[in-house]
Amino acid sequence: MEAFRQHMGLVAPLDRANVDTDAIIPKQFLKSIKRSGFGPNLFDEWRYMDHGEPGVDNSRRVLNPNFVLNQDRYRGATVLLTRKNFGCGSSREHAPWALQQFGFKAIVAPSFADIFFNNCFKNGLLPIVLSEAEVDHLFNATLATLGMKLNIDLARQVVEIPGAEAYQFDVEDHRKQSLLNGWDEIGLSLLQADKIRAYEAARQTREPWIFS
Amino acid sequence: MTQISASAASCTLYDKLWNAHRVHDEPDGTALIYIDRHLVHEVTSPQAFEGLEIAGRKPWRIHSIVATADHNVPTTGRQAGIADPISRLQVETLDANIEKFGVPVYFGMNDARQGIVHVIGPEQGATLPGMTVVCGDSHTSTHGAFAALAFGIGTSEVEHVMATQCLVTKKSKSLLIRVEGKSGRGVTAKDMVLAIIGKIGTAGGTGHAIEFAGAAIRALSMEGRMTVCNMAIEAGARAGMIGVDEKTIAYLRGRPHAPRENEFEQAAQYWRTLVSDDGAVFDRVVELDASTIKPQVTWGTSPEMVVAIDGAVPEPATESDPVKRDAMERALQYMGLNSGTPIEQIKIDKVFIGSCTNSRIEDLRAAAGVVKGRHIAANVKLAMVVPGSGLVKRQAESEGLDKIFVAAGFEWREPGCSMCLGMNDDKLSPGERCASTSNRNFEGRQGAGGRTHLVSPEMAAAAAIAGRFADVRQVL
Repeated sequence: MEAFRQHMGLVAPLDRANVDTDAIIPKQFLKSIKRSGFGPNLFDEWRYMDHGEPGVDNSRRVLNPNFVLNQDRYRGATVLLTRKNFGCGSSREHAPWALQQFGFKAIVAPSFADIFFNNCFKNGLLPIVLSEAEVDHLFNATLATLGMKLNIDLARQVVEIPGAEAYQFDVEDHRKQSLLNGWDEIGLSLLQADKIRAYEAARQTREPWIFS
Repeated sequence: MTQISASAASCTLYDKLWNAHRVHDEPDGTALIYIDRHLVHEVTSPQAFEGLEIAGRKPWRIHSIVATADHNVPTTGRQAGIADPISRLQVETLDANIEKFGVPVYFGMNDARQGIVHVIGPEQGATLPGMTVVCGDSHTSTHGAFAALAFGIGTSEVEHVMATQCLVTKKSKSLLIRVEGKSGRGVTAKDMVLAIIGKIGTAGGTGHAIEFAGAAIRALSMEGRMTVCNMAIEAGARAGMIGVDEKTIAYLRGRPHAPRENEFEQAAQYWRTLVSDDGAVFDRVVELDASTIKPQVTWGTSPEMVVAIDGAVPEPATESDPVKRDAMERALQYMGLNSGTPIEQIKIDKVFIGSCTNSRIEDLRAAAGVVKGRHIAANVKLAMVVPGSGLVKRQAESEGLDKIFVAAGFEWREPGCSMCLGMNDDKLSPGERCASTSNRNFEGRQGAGGRTHLVSPEMAAAAAIAGRFADVRQVL
C-alpha cells in the first residue's frame, strides 16, 4: 500500500453534508474489473453537464462551471474539505479509488461513514476528522484565501494552515502505523497464521457446522 | 456508560459475537476477527481475486465463500445473455474466478437458485446464528436478523478475508433500538426502519453496532427482521442484529446449508444463547413506540428525509441548521417538489417492487394482496416486480402471485438487484418519479436524474393503483 507521512496541498471546499458514494462514483463505472481509471469520473453527475458512461472520452465532455472542482482556483487540489457523514451509502472501494486517482491525498470533514472511512486507509488516502467548528473555520479560510493550502503531518497528527492555526486529529495507532509505513496488511495478518489455525481447530470442536 | 466485558455476567448479543470471533488482540484495541461466511458478487470481487493472484496467495478457506451474480444481471430475456459488453465481462470474470479458485458454492446467472446475495444467503441456510458474515456490499447488515455479526466491506478487505479468513477491526460502540408496542394494520418492517432512520438520522448509528429489540421487533417474521437489519447501514451502522428466538430456528430448519438432524438440535441449543443478557449495558439506547408509526414515504435524497403518508413535503425555512437547510433545498429542487405539498398528491411514473430490502416472498404476498383485482393507474408507465431469488420467484408462481401482478398491469421479472441501483438496463429516466421498495433515494441512484421515494411493498402497490402516493391503510 502507498504510504502517507506528510502532505502539503491546495484545499478544495465541497460544502455539502451526507455526500454519498453514488455521488462520488456513479454505479455505471462500477462495472470495471480494474482498480484504476476512476479519477475522470469522480463526482461525474455534478462535474459534467452531460451523463457519463464507461468508454466515453471524458476530455471531450462539457464541464459544469458551477461545480467547485471545476473552478480555476481549485485546480490541482489535493485536500478535500467537506461536511459531515462523507462517504455514506455503499461499500464500493471505487469511491476512495476515484478520489485518489483524481489527485486527492487527504479528506477533512467533521465525520465519515464507517465503511468509506475504513476503505480510505486501505489505499493510503487519509480521512481526517476535525470538529464542526474547526471545519467551519477551514471553510471560511479556504473561501477567503486564494490558493489556500493545508499541511498535514500524520506522525504529529496535525493539520495546519501554514503560518497560522494548527489542529490536532485522532487516528487509531494501527491505522497510523500502516499508513506511515505503507504496510501490506494481509502480510501482517498472515504473521498470525498459527493463531488463526488454532482458533479454527477450537471452533470446529464447538461449532462443527460452520466448517461443513 | 461502560462496555460490559466478556467475563462480566451480562453481555450484549454484540459482545457475545465479538468475543467468540477474536483470534488475536492488538495493544491499541484492534483485533483480528475470524470470518465464518464470505458472500461474493461480481461487482466488488474482481480486483480482490486479481490481488490474490498477483500476490501469489491462495484462498484460506474456499468453503466459506458463497457466490452469485446479482447486480448486473438482466431481469428479462436472460436466455440471450447480457447485452451490455461491460456488464457481461464483469459477470464472466466472476464465472472465471469461481472456476479458477475452485469456489464450490456458486449460483451463476442461469442457476435456478440465483438471486440477490442477501436474499439467497439466508434462503440457503448459508447464514446462521453466531456467524460472522461479510460481503463487499453494505447491505450485508441484512444477515444480522439471524443473530450474526454481519457487515459490508470494501474490496481490499474482500481480498484480506480471502487470504487470511480474518479482518483487522476495532469493536464498535453498541446501540440498542427498542421498538415496543404493536404496529397498526398496513404498517410494516419497512415503515418501522424508515421511522427509526427519520428519528436518528443517516449518521445516527455511525460507529455503532445496532441491536433491534422490543415487542414490535419480536412480532416481525424473519423476512421483516431482514428488512429492518438491511437498512441499519442507512442509519449509519455497519451492523444491525436481532437476538435468536424460535422464529429464527424454525426458519433455518431444513435449509440446504443448515446443519441437519442431531447437529441441528445441538446448534439450536447454542443459538438460543445468542441474545443480549438481562441487564446488559449498551452505550446508547433509543426507544420507539410502534403504535405511533404510520406508513412512511421519503420525500428527499437521503433516507432520513422521510415523513408519514398523511404528512406534507417539509419547509426548509423551519430548519435552523444551515447545512441541513441547504441540503433540504437542494433535495426539493432535485426531487421537483414544493414545500407544503401533501404526500398523497405526489404523482408517480414508475413502481419498483424488489431489492435486498423488500423482495422476499412475504413482501410479494403483501403487495399482491393490495393489487389483487385492481389495475395500475393510467399515468404509471412501468410497474415491475423483481423477486429476490429464483426460489422466491418459483414460490410466488406456485401461489399464483405472478398472475395477480400481471393482471394488475405489473411486469413480472427475473431475480436480481435491478432498479435498486440500475447497473443493468432497469433504470429511471431523468425526471421520472418512482415509488420504490429499495433502500436508497440518493441523487441518480435509480438512474441519472431519477427521483426515488422509498416505501414498503404495500405502499408501492397502493401507489401503483392510485398513480400517486396513497395511504394503504384505506385500501386494505
